[in-house]
Amino acid sequence: MCRVVELKQSVLARNDECAVALREELTARGTVVVNLLSSPGSGKTELLERELTLARERGLAVAALTADLATEHDAARLARSGVPVKQVLTDGLCHLEAHMMRAQLDGWLPDGTRLLFVENVGNLVCPAGYDLGETLRVVLASVTEGEDKPLKYPTAYGLANLVVVTKTDLAAAAAFDEAAFRANVVRVNPGVEVVLTSARDGLGVGTLLERAVAALEGGPVHRPVMARPAPHRHGGDGDPDAGHHHHDGPAHHGAGHEHQHSAPLR
Amino acid sequence: MHEMSIAQAIVDQVEASSEARAGSTAHQVNLQVGELAGVVPDALRFGFDLVCEGTVLAGAELRIEPVPALAECGPCGTGWAPGMPPDLVCPTCGSGTGTELVSGRELQITAVHWSGGDIRVPRAEEL
Repeated sequence: MCRVVELKQSVLARNDECAVALREELTARGTVVVNLLSSPGSGKTELLERELTLARERGLAVAALTADLATEHDAARLARSGVPVKQVLTDGLCHLEAHMMRAQLDGWLPDGTRLLFVENVGNLVCPAGYDLGETLRVVLASVTEGEDKPLKYPTAYGLANLVVVTKTDLAAAAAFDEAAFRANVVRVNPGVEVVLTSARDGLGVGTLLERAVAALEGGPVHRPVMARPAPHRHGGDGDPDAGHHHHDGPAHHGAGHEHQHSAPLR
Repeated sequence: MHEMSIAQAIVDQVEASSEARAGSTAHQVNLQVGELAGVVPDALRFGFDLVCEGTVLAGAELRIEPVPALAECGPCGTGWAPGMPPDLVCPTCGSGTGTELVSGRELQITAVHWSGGDIRVPRAEEL
Protein backbone atom coordinates (compact mmCIF):
# COMPACT_ATOMS: atom_id res chain seq x y z
CA MET A 1 0.00 0.00 0.00
CA CYS A 2 1.33 3.36 -1.00
CA ARG A 3 0.55 6.56 0.84
CA VAL A 4 1.45 10.05 -0.14
CA VAL A 5 2.02 12.61 2.57
CA GLU A 6 1.90 16.10 1.20
CA LEU A 7 3.59 18.84 3.10
CA LYS A 8 5.37 22.09 2.63
CA GLN A 9 8.45 21.96 4.70
CA SER A 10 11.62 23.94 4.17
CA VAL A 11 14.58 21.63 3.83
CA LEU A 12 16.62 23.96 6.00
CA ALA A 13 13.88 24.40 8.59
CA ARG A 14 16.04 22.97 11.35
CA ASN A 15 18.91 25.29 10.62
CA ASP A 16 16.58 28.24 10.36
CA GLU A 17 14.81 27.43 13.62
CA CYS A 18 18.15 27.02 15.38
CA ALA A 19 19.33 30.34 13.90
CA VAL A 20 16.17 32.17 14.97
CA ALA A 21 16.51 30.81 18.51
CA LEU A 22 20.19 31.72 18.64
CA ARG A 23 19.47 35.25 17.39
CA GLU A 24 16.82 35.73 20.07
CA GLU A 25 19.07 34.33 22.76
CA LEU A 26 22.03 36.48 21.77
CA THR A 27 19.86 39.57 21.41
CA ALA A 28 18.64 38.96 24.97
CA ARG A 29 22.30 38.85 26.06
CA GLY A 30 22.96 42.11 24.22
CA THR A 31 25.06 40.50 21.50
CA VAL A 32 24.71 41.00 17.76
CA VAL A 33 26.32 38.65 15.23
CA VAL A 34 28.00 39.82 12.02
CA ASN A 35 28.47 37.03 9.46
CA LEU A 36 31.29 37.68 6.98
CA LEU A 37 31.24 35.82 3.66
CA SER A 38 33.80 35.96 0.89
CA SER A 39 35.99 33.98 -1.46
CA PRO A 40 39.28 32.64 -0.14
CA GLY A 41 41.93 35.34 -0.30
CA SER A 42 39.57 38.31 -0.29
CA GLY A 43 41.44 39.94 2.56
CA LYS A 44 38.68 39.59 5.12
CA THR A 45 41.02 38.43 7.89
CA GLU A 46 43.25 41.48 7.47
CA LEU A 47 40.31 43.88 7.41
CA LEU A 48 38.70 42.13 10.37
CA GLU A 49 41.92 42.37 12.38
CA ARG A 50 41.89 46.12 11.82
CA GLU A 51 38.24 46.42 12.80
CA LEU A 52 38.71 44.33 15.95
CA THR A 53 41.71 46.44 16.96
CA LEU A 54 39.67 49.61 16.51
CA ALA A 55 36.86 48.17 18.61
CA ARG A 56 39.27 47.28 21.41
CA GLU A 57 40.81 50.75 21.32
CA ARG A 58 37.32 52.23 21.64
CA GLY A 59 36.51 49.98 24.59
CA LEU A 60 33.79 48.09 22.75
CA ALA A 61 33.47 44.44 23.81
CA VAL A 62 33.83 42.40 20.61
CA ALA A 63 34.85 38.83 19.84
CA ALA A 64 35.50 36.81 16.72
CA LEU A 65 34.97 33.28 15.51
CA THR A 66 36.93 32.28 12.44
CA ALA A 67 36.11 29.16 10.46
CA ASP A 68 38.45 27.28 8.18
CA LEU A 69 38.73 23.77 6.85
CA ALA A 70 42.17 23.51 8.45
CA THR A 71 44.90 25.49 10.28
CA GLU A 72 44.62 28.03 13.07
CA HIS A 73 46.44 30.73 11.12
CA ASP A 74 43.49 33.11 10.98
CA ALA A 75 42.80 32.89 14.71
CA ALA A 76 46.46 33.69 15.40
CA ARG A 77 46.24 36.74 13.13
CA LEU A 78 42.96 37.99 14.60
CA ALA A 79 44.18 37.42 18.17
CA ARG A 80 46.81 40.13 17.60
CA SER A 81 43.94 42.58 17.99
CA GLY A 82 43.73 41.59 21.66
CA VAL A 83 40.05 40.57 21.61
CA PRO A 84 38.72 37.06 22.35
CA VAL A 85 39.10 34.90 19.24
CA LYS A 86 38.20 31.30 18.58
CA GLN A 87 39.15 29.14 15.62
CA VAL A 88 36.55 26.73 14.28
CA LEU A 89 37.93 23.87 12.21
CA THR A 90 35.22 22.42 10.00
CA ASP A 91 37.23 19.33 9.02
CA GLY A 92 36.51 19.86 5.38
CA LEU A 93 32.93 21.08 5.63
CA CYS A 94 32.45 24.02 3.29
CA HIS A 95 30.25 26.16 5.52
CA LEU A 96 29.10 26.80 9.08
CA GLU A 97 25.61 25.83 10.24
CA ALA A 98 23.62 27.35 13.08
CA HIS A 99 23.98 24.37 15.42
CA MET A 100 27.76 24.49 14.93
CA MET A 101 27.70 28.14 15.92
CA ARG A 102 25.73 27.37 19.03
CA ALA A 103 28.14 24.61 20.03
CA GLN A 104 31.08 26.96 19.60
CA LEU A 105 29.53 29.72 21.68
CA ASP A 106 28.55 27.56 24.64
CA GLY A 107 31.02 28.20 27.42
CA TRP A 108 33.19 30.49 25.31
CA LEU A 109 31.38 33.69 24.35
CA PRO A 110 32.37 36.12 27.11
CA ASP A 111 29.51 37.76 28.97
CA GLY A 112 29.00 41.33 27.89
CA THR A 113 30.16 40.76 24.31
CA ARG A 114 28.35 43.31 22.18
CA LEU A 115 29.49 42.28 18.71
CA LEU A 116 30.48 38.83 17.57
CA PHE A 117 32.15 38.74 14.16
CA VAL A 118 32.01 35.39 12.39
CA GLU A 119 34.50 34.87 9.61
CA ASN A 120 32.78 32.13 7.64
CA VAL A 121 34.64 29.55 5.57
CA GLY A 122 36.11 31.24 2.49
CA ASN A 123 33.45 30.23 -0.02
CA LEU A 124 30.72 32.21 -1.76
CA VAL A 125 28.45 29.29 -2.56
CA CYS A 126 27.67 27.11 0.41
CA PRO A 127 27.64 29.50 3.40
CA ALA A 128 25.06 31.65 1.61
CA GLY A 129 22.24 29.23 2.40
CA TYR A 130 22.81 29.05 6.13
CA ASP A 131 21.49 31.61 8.57
CA LEU A 132 23.80 31.62 11.60
CA GLY A 133 21.62 33.87 13.72
CA GLU A 134 23.33 36.97 12.40
CA THR A 135 21.80 40.41 12.28
CA LEU A 136 24.22 41.70 9.68
CA ARG A 137 25.41 39.58 6.79
CA VAL A 138 28.37 41.07 4.96
CA VAL A 139 29.83 39.93 1.65
CA LEU A 140 33.38 41.02 0.91
CA ALA A 141 35.01 41.18 -2.51
CA SER A 142 38.55 42.20 -3.33
CA VAL A 143 39.18 44.39 -6.36
CA THR A 144 41.26 41.59 -7.90
CA GLU A 145 38.27 39.25 -8.14
CA GLY A 146 36.53 40.86 -11.09
CA GLU A 147 33.48 43.07 -11.43
CA ASP A 148 31.17 40.20 -12.31
CA LYS A 149 31.50 38.44 -8.95
CA PRO A 150 27.99 39.51 -7.83
CA LEU A 151 26.51 37.91 -10.96
CA LYS A 152 28.52 34.72 -10.56
CA TYR A 153 27.48 34.32 -6.91
CA PRO A 154 24.01 35.86 -6.85
CA THR A 155 22.83 34.02 -3.73
CA ALA A 156 25.72 35.29 -1.61
CA TYR A 157 25.47 38.85 -2.92
CA GLY A 158 21.69 38.78 -3.13
CA LEU A 159 21.30 38.00 0.57
CA ALA A 160 23.87 40.48 1.90
CA ASN A 161 22.91 43.36 4.19
CA LEU A 162 26.19 45.10 3.32
CA VAL A 163 28.84 44.70 0.60
CA VAL A 164 32.46 45.55 1.36
CA VAL A 165 35.10 45.96 -1.36
CA THR A 166 38.62 45.20 -0.11
CA LYS A 167 42.17 45.88 -1.34
CA THR A 168 41.22 49.09 -3.13
CA ASP A 169 44.92 50.04 -2.99
CA LEU A 170 45.26 47.48 -5.80
CA ALA A 171 42.34 48.84 -7.84
CA ALA A 172 44.46 50.53 -10.51
CA ALA A 173 46.77 47.54 -10.93
CA ALA A 174 43.75 45.23 -11.21
CA ALA A 175 41.91 47.65 -13.54
CA PHE A 176 38.92 47.39 -11.20
CA ASP A 177 35.82 48.92 -12.79
CA GLU A 178 33.97 50.22 -9.74
CA ALA A 179 30.94 51.41 -11.69
CA ALA A 180 30.48 48.00 -13.32
CA PHE A 181 30.84 46.26 -9.97
CA ARG A 182 28.26 48.54 -8.37
CA ALA A 183 25.85 48.00 -11.29
CA ASN A 184 26.16 44.25 -10.86
CA VAL A 185 25.50 44.53 -7.12
CA VAL A 186 22.39 46.66 -7.77
CA ARG A 187 21.11 44.05 -10.19
CA VAL A 188 21.08 41.21 -7.63
CA ASN A 189 20.56 43.27 -4.48
CA PRO A 190 19.03 46.68 -5.17
CA GLY A 191 19.58 49.18 -2.39
CA VAL A 192 22.42 47.43 -0.56
CA GLU A 193 25.25 49.69 0.56
CA VAL A 194 28.69 49.16 -1.00
CA VAL A 195 31.67 50.25 1.12
CA LEU A 196 35.20 50.65 -0.31
CA THR A 197 38.08 49.66 1.95
CA SER A 198 41.82 49.16 2.00
CA ALA A 199 43.27 47.60 5.13
CA ARG A 200 46.73 48.59 3.86
CA ASP A 201 46.22 52.34 3.50
CA GLY A 202 43.30 52.67 5.91
CA LEU A 203 40.57 53.70 3.46
CA GLY A 204 37.18 52.83 4.88
CA VAL A 205 38.64 51.02 7.89
CA GLY A 206 36.15 51.43 10.72
CA THR A 207 33.09 51.56 8.48
CA LEU A 208 32.29 47.89 9.03
CA LEU A 209 32.50 48.46 12.77
CA GLU A 210 30.24 51.52 12.47
CA ARG A 211 27.62 49.56 10.54
CA ALA A 212 27.78 46.75 13.09
CA VAL A 213 27.39 49.20 15.97
CA ALA A 214 24.42 50.79 14.18
CA ALA A 215 22.78 47.36 13.92
CA LEU A 216 23.58 46.71 17.57
CA GLU A 217 21.84 49.94 18.51
CA GLY A 218 18.76 48.86 16.63
CA GLY A 219 19.30 50.98 13.53
CA PRO A 220 17.70 49.94 10.24
CA VAL A 221 19.39 47.09 8.39
CA HIS A 222 19.02 46.76 4.62
CA ARG A 223 16.62 43.97 3.70
CA PRO A 224 17.62 42.32 0.41
CA VAL A 225 14.90 41.52 -2.13
CA MET A 226 15.96 37.86 -2.10
CA ALA A 227 15.60 37.68 1.69
CA ARG A 228 12.11 39.15 1.84
CA PRO A 229 9.17 36.84 2.24
CA ALA A 230 7.14 36.29 -0.89
CA PRO A 231 3.95 38.38 -0.97
CA HIS A 232 1.06 36.28 0.25
CA ARG A 233 -1.45 37.52 -2.28
CA HIS A 234 0.07 35.16 -4.85
CA GLY A 235 -0.92 32.26 -2.70
CA GLY A 236 2.29 30.31 -3.07
CA ASP A 237 3.55 30.03 0.47
CA GLY A 238 0.99 31.68 2.62
CA ASP A 239 -0.51 28.82 4.59
CA PRO A 240 1.81 27.74 7.34
CA ASP A 241 -0.21 24.60 7.95
CA ALA A 242 -0.40 23.46 4.39
CA GLY A 243 0.77 19.92 5.12
CA HIS A 244 -1.89 17.26 4.94
CA HIS A 245 -2.17 13.51 4.46
CA HIS A 246 -3.96 11.67 1.72
CA HIS A 247 -5.01 9.17 4.36
CA ASP A 248 -6.14 9.41 7.96
CA GLY A 249 -4.14 11.40 10.44
CA PRO A 250 -2.55 14.79 10.40
CA ALA A 251 0.84 15.49 8.88
CA HIS A 252 3.49 15.08 11.48
CA HIS A 253 5.51 17.72 9.72
CA GLY A 254 2.62 20.11 10.15
CA ALA A 255 3.93 23.59 9.91
CA GLY A 256 5.46 24.48 6.59
CA HIS A 257 8.19 27.00 6.96
CA GLU A 258 9.25 29.65 4.54
CA HIS A 259 12.99 29.48 4.07
CA GLN A 260 14.36 32.84 5.01
CA HIS A 261 17.80 34.20 5.68
CA SER A 262 16.84 37.68 6.52
CA ALA A 263 17.96 39.49 9.59
CA PRO A 264 15.20 40.28 12.03
CA LEU A 265 13.25 43.42 11.44
CA ARG A 266 14.43 46.18 13.66
CA MET B 1 29.43 21.35 -2.21
CA HIS B 2 26.69 21.98 0.35
CA GLU B 3 24.24 19.80 -1.60
CA MET B 4 25.45 16.92 0.58
CA SER B 5 24.34 18.87 3.66
CA ILE B 6 21.03 19.69 1.97
CA ALA B 7 20.53 16.01 1.12
CA GLN B 8 21.30 15.08 4.72
CA ALA B 9 18.74 17.62 5.93
CA ILE B 10 16.10 16.04 3.67
CA VAL B 11 16.88 12.57 4.97
CA ASP B 12 16.87 13.79 8.60
CA GLN B 13 13.44 15.34 8.16
CA VAL B 14 11.94 12.31 6.47
CA GLU B 15 13.46 9.96 9.07
CA ALA B 16 12.03 12.08 11.88
CA SER B 17 8.50 11.80 10.52
CA SER B 18 5.85 9.67 12.15
CA GLU B 19 5.63 7.38 9.12
CA ALA B 20 9.30 6.47 9.43
CA ARG B 21 8.78 5.73 13.12
CA ALA B 22 5.84 3.52 12.23
CA GLY B 23 8.18 1.38 10.14
CA SER B 24 7.22 2.63 6.69
CA THR B 25 9.67 2.90 3.82
CA ALA B 26 9.90 6.04 1.73
CA HIS B 27 10.32 5.42 -1.96
CA GLN B 28 9.90 8.91 -3.35
CA VAL B 29 10.51 12.43 -2.11
CA ASN B 30 9.18 15.41 -4.04
CA LEU B 31 11.17 18.57 -3.69
CA GLN B 32 10.69 22.09 -5.01
CA VAL B 33 13.91 23.85 -5.90
CA GLY B 34 13.65 27.52 -6.82
CA GLU B 35 15.77 28.97 -9.59
CA LEU B 36 17.43 31.22 -7.00
CA ALA B 37 17.73 28.67 -4.19
CA GLY B 38 21.44 28.27 -4.79
CA VAL B 39 21.17 24.49 -5.12
CA VAL B 40 22.37 22.41 -8.07
CA PRO B 41 19.83 19.62 -8.75
CA ASP B 42 22.36 17.14 -10.17
CA ALA B 43 24.69 17.57 -7.21
CA LEU B 44 21.72 17.21 -4.88
CA ARG B 45 20.62 13.92 -6.53
CA PHE B 46 24.14 12.58 -6.21
CA GLY B 47 24.31 13.49 -2.53
CA PHE B 48 20.80 12.20 -1.91
CA ASP B 49 21.58 8.72 -3.23
CA LEU B 50 24.62 8.52 -0.96
CA VAL B 51 23.01 9.71 2.25
CA CYS B 52 19.90 7.55 1.74
CA GLU B 53 21.87 4.33 2.06
CA GLY B 54 21.01 2.45 5.20
CA THR B 55 18.00 4.66 6.01
CA VAL B 56 14.22 4.36 5.47
CA LEU B 57 14.93 6.15 2.19
CA ALA B 58 17.33 3.57 0.76
CA GLY B 59 16.79 3.48 -2.99
CA ALA B 60 14.25 6.32 -2.88
CA GLU B 61 13.81 8.59 -5.85
CA LEU B 62 14.28 12.32 -5.46
CA ARG B 63 11.84 14.06 -7.77
CA ILE B 64 12.83 17.67 -8.21
CA GLU B 65 10.33 20.25 -9.38
CA PRO B 66 12.13 23.36 -10.57
CA VAL B 67 10.39 26.62 -9.64
CA PRO B 68 11.10 29.56 -11.95
CA ALA B 69 11.91 32.89 -10.35
CA LEU B 70 9.27 35.61 -10.64
CA ALA B 71 9.61 39.19 -9.48
CA GLU B 72 7.11 41.98 -9.12
CA CYS B 73 7.54 45.72 -8.71
CA GLY B 74 5.48 46.97 -5.78
CA PRO B 75 5.24 50.61 -6.94
CA CYS B 76 4.33 50.03 -10.62
CA GLY B 77 3.00 46.48 -10.59
CA THR B 78 5.21 45.13 -13.37
CA GLY B 79 5.90 41.41 -13.17
CA TRP B 80 8.93 39.79 -14.78
CA ALA B 81 11.16 36.75 -14.81
CA PRO B 82 14.44 37.99 -13.30
CA GLY B 83 16.43 35.11 -14.81
CA MET B 84 19.73 33.74 -13.60
CA PRO B 85 21.73 35.64 -12.54
CA PRO B 86 18.67 37.58 -11.46
CA ASP B 87 17.96 41.13 -12.52
CA LEU B 88 15.84 42.45 -9.66
CA VAL B 89 15.61 46.02 -10.95
CA CYS B 90 12.18 46.76 -12.43
CA PRO B 91 12.42 46.81 -16.25
CA THR B 92 9.60 49.37 -16.42
CA CYS B 93 10.28 51.98 -13.77
CA GLY B 94 13.95 51.27 -13.00
CA SER B 95 13.31 50.96 -9.26
CA GLY B 96 14.76 48.11 -7.32
CA THR B 97 13.81 48.97 -3.79
CA GLY B 98 10.16 48.03 -4.24
CA THR B 99 10.87 44.66 -5.86
CA GLU B 100 9.27 41.57 -4.37
CA LEU B 101 10.41 38.10 -5.22
CA VAL B 102 7.20 36.17 -5.77
CA SER B 103 8.96 32.84 -6.28
CA GLY B 104 12.38 31.36 -6.88
CA ARG B 105 13.79 30.82 -3.38
CA GLU B 106 11.92 27.58 -2.69
CA LEU B 107 13.78 24.67 -1.19
CA GLN B 108 11.09 22.54 0.30
CA ILE B 109 9.79 19.01 0.55
CA THR B 110 6.30 18.89 -0.94
CA ALA B 111 5.48 15.18 -0.62
CA VAL B 112 6.81 11.87 0.60
CA HIS B 113 5.58 8.57 -0.84
CA TRP B 114 5.50 5.79 1.74
CA SER B 115 4.84 2.08 1.69
CA GLY B 116 4.53 -0.61 4.36
CA GLY B 117 4.57 -0.09 8.11
CA ASP B 118 1.72 0.69 10.46
CA ILE B 119 -0.58 2.99 8.53
CA ARG B 120 -2.30 4.28 11.66
CA VAL B 121 0.06 7.18 11.99
CA PRO B 122 0.11 8.68 15.49
CA ARG B 123 -0.91 12.28 15.76
CA ALA B 124 1.96 14.70 15.98
CA GLU B 125 0.99 15.74 19.51
CA GLU B 126 1.09 12.12 20.65
CA LEU B 127 4.76 11.78 19.80
